[in-house]
Amino acid sequence: MSTEVVYVLAASAVFGAGVYGLIVANHLMRKLLALNVMSSAVFVTMLTVAGTTPEGPDPVAQALVLTGIVIAVAATAFALALLVRLVQETGLVSLRAKDDDGA
Amino acid sequence: MAPDALAVLVFAPLVAALAVIVAPPRATTALALAGIALTAPALWVVTAAVLGGEVVEVALAGAAPPLGIAWRADGFSLTMAWLTFVVVAFVSLHALASFPSTSDAGRRFWPMWLILVASVYALFLSADLFNLYVTLELVTLTAVAMIAIGGAPAAMRAAMRYLLLGLMASLFYLLATALLYGQTGTLDLYQVGERLGEGALATTALALMITGLLVKSAIVPLHVWLPAAHGKAPGPVSAVLSALVVKVTLYILIRLWFWAGGALDDGLAAFVLGLLGAVAIVYGSIAAIVQTRLKMLVAYSTVAQLGYVMLLFPLASTAAFRAVTFHVLAHGVAKAAMFLAAANLLAALGSDRLQRLVGADQRYPVNVLAFALAGVSIMGLPPSGGFVAKWMLLEAAWQSQGWGWVAVISAGSLLAAVYVFRVVALAYAQPRPASSVRRPGTTPRGRFGATSVAALALAVLAIVLGIASAPVLSLIDLGLPPGMAP
Repeated sequence: MSTEVVYVLAASAVFGAGVYGLIVANHLMRKLLALNVMSSAVFVTMLTVAGTTPEGPDPVAQALVLTGIVIAVAATAFALALLVRLVQETGLVSLRAKDDDGA
Repeated sequence: MAPDALAVLVFAPLVAALAVIVAPPRATTALALAGIALTAPALWVVTAAVLGGEVVEVALAGAAPPLGIAWRADGFSLTMAWLTFVVVAFVSLHALASFPSTSDAGRRFWPMWLILVASVYALFLSADLFNLYVTLELVTLTAVAMIAIGGAPAAMRAAMRYLLLGLMASLFYLLATALLYGQTGTLDLYQVGERLGEGALATTALALMITGLLVKSAIVPLHVWLPAAHGKAPGPVSAVLSALVVKVTLYILIRLWFWAGGALDDGLAAFVLGLLGAVAIVYGSIAAIVQTRLKMLVAYSTVAQLGYVMLLFPLASTAAFRAVTFHVLAHGVAKAAMFLAAANLLAALGSDRLQRLVGADQRYPVNVLAFALAGVSIMGLPPSGGFVAKWMLLEAAWQSQGWGWVAVISAGSLLAAVYVFRVVALAYAQPRPASSVRRPGTTPRGRFGATSVAALALAVLAIVLGIASAPVLSLIDLGLPPGMAP
């Protein structure tokens, strides 16, 4: 089995774990962590792509990972800010509590 | 000149957003309106070039794909860009009144509003899978922030649910982008289409990408986040969410399928997407009929109307493409009008429970009229834009002998009539003498204000779109997918 297949399988497993966590977790913090796990899997996939080109490491794919990390950090920061406000306003850390009126 | 105009389209609202953040509040209105108004001449220049038979392209920073990022404007992206301009211009008029720049909420609203506008334009111009990801993320983050802007718990919960699902969908899309890049060595949407071969990896990548896009487009059964997010958001935000934000991912899906879709030419997949659309039409309409709140009714109507777009995949003809593109325009304008009118009624009545609407036509005639006119287009009655779209779609389904689709399209219009007339009948009902006494908090304010005028103008436009459909259709014809003749 070649190296990249190992990486791709590992990335798929991690991505799957992230999706599972996102769906199953109740606490919003856990859901956010699950999203970050998913993005790590995407970055591993991109680095695998970057490392398997015949003419050496591919700078485009590496640049994608860098940009991807920046976006993931920004999105996480935003989600955390929203989470803090949500906790302040409602005292809840989950979305499963009583359903919103009509929602 | 036209390539420079593309830059103005994106950078005018973006620079205005940054300027609004640093400038004093009293300059906000002028800066925001300038940022949005400047995109009109830019659009005009690009449209003139495209009408002249050109496809306007820019390789950003002078680097051509596969290394660089390309922007490309054809008839299809321009049609969407014009929809963006029209909806944003009128909804901004509403927002000037509902989010005054001197208020706290206004200070938070305008920068995000302008960034959203810039991102939507950039998305429609992008011909690069990763660039599309970046713009999609920008659209999602600004949309979520604006849903939560009022700070009401219900709105924030809806925003959080939308954010989590939106980020998940983005990661599906990004993983697919990585896989496609690994397969083809390019991120350019059109080059990917040429180079992508058959195989399990290509199929996986496309399936992931389509799933991600369907979540963001709220296609049944992935629509669960939409009604609360669109229903609980402030009026101008609801309007732009339903008119534009859910459409951008459908735009990417259509681009992917018909422009880059060599490997996607799969009858079964197309049928499944169409089936999802049919379920969305029926389910969304029935859910709208049973709602007890006006804004939730309008939100479920969006779930239903998005279903029509999905019928493009199984029909896959020139006629269907023109019909669906026209439907996106007609629904965008009408739904923005409907949400603005609903938000005005909610603000005036203090509640958007349907029973409270009884007799609203006498106190808020402009808003009720705007809702009714927009409803005419949503139902697809002549001479509205919605009528032209649904008629063309019926014709397309008829030509390809898709009798099932014909039945769904007709049933959808009937069901839409039920929920629209339910609202209109209540609003025009004569109140019983007892309930005609004004309750506290129901003073008729903003009767002919900017908020009502914005709603009415969009509603009138939704009707006019049907009468003046020829120029719009000729622009759509310039953006037909490869292999489709006008």
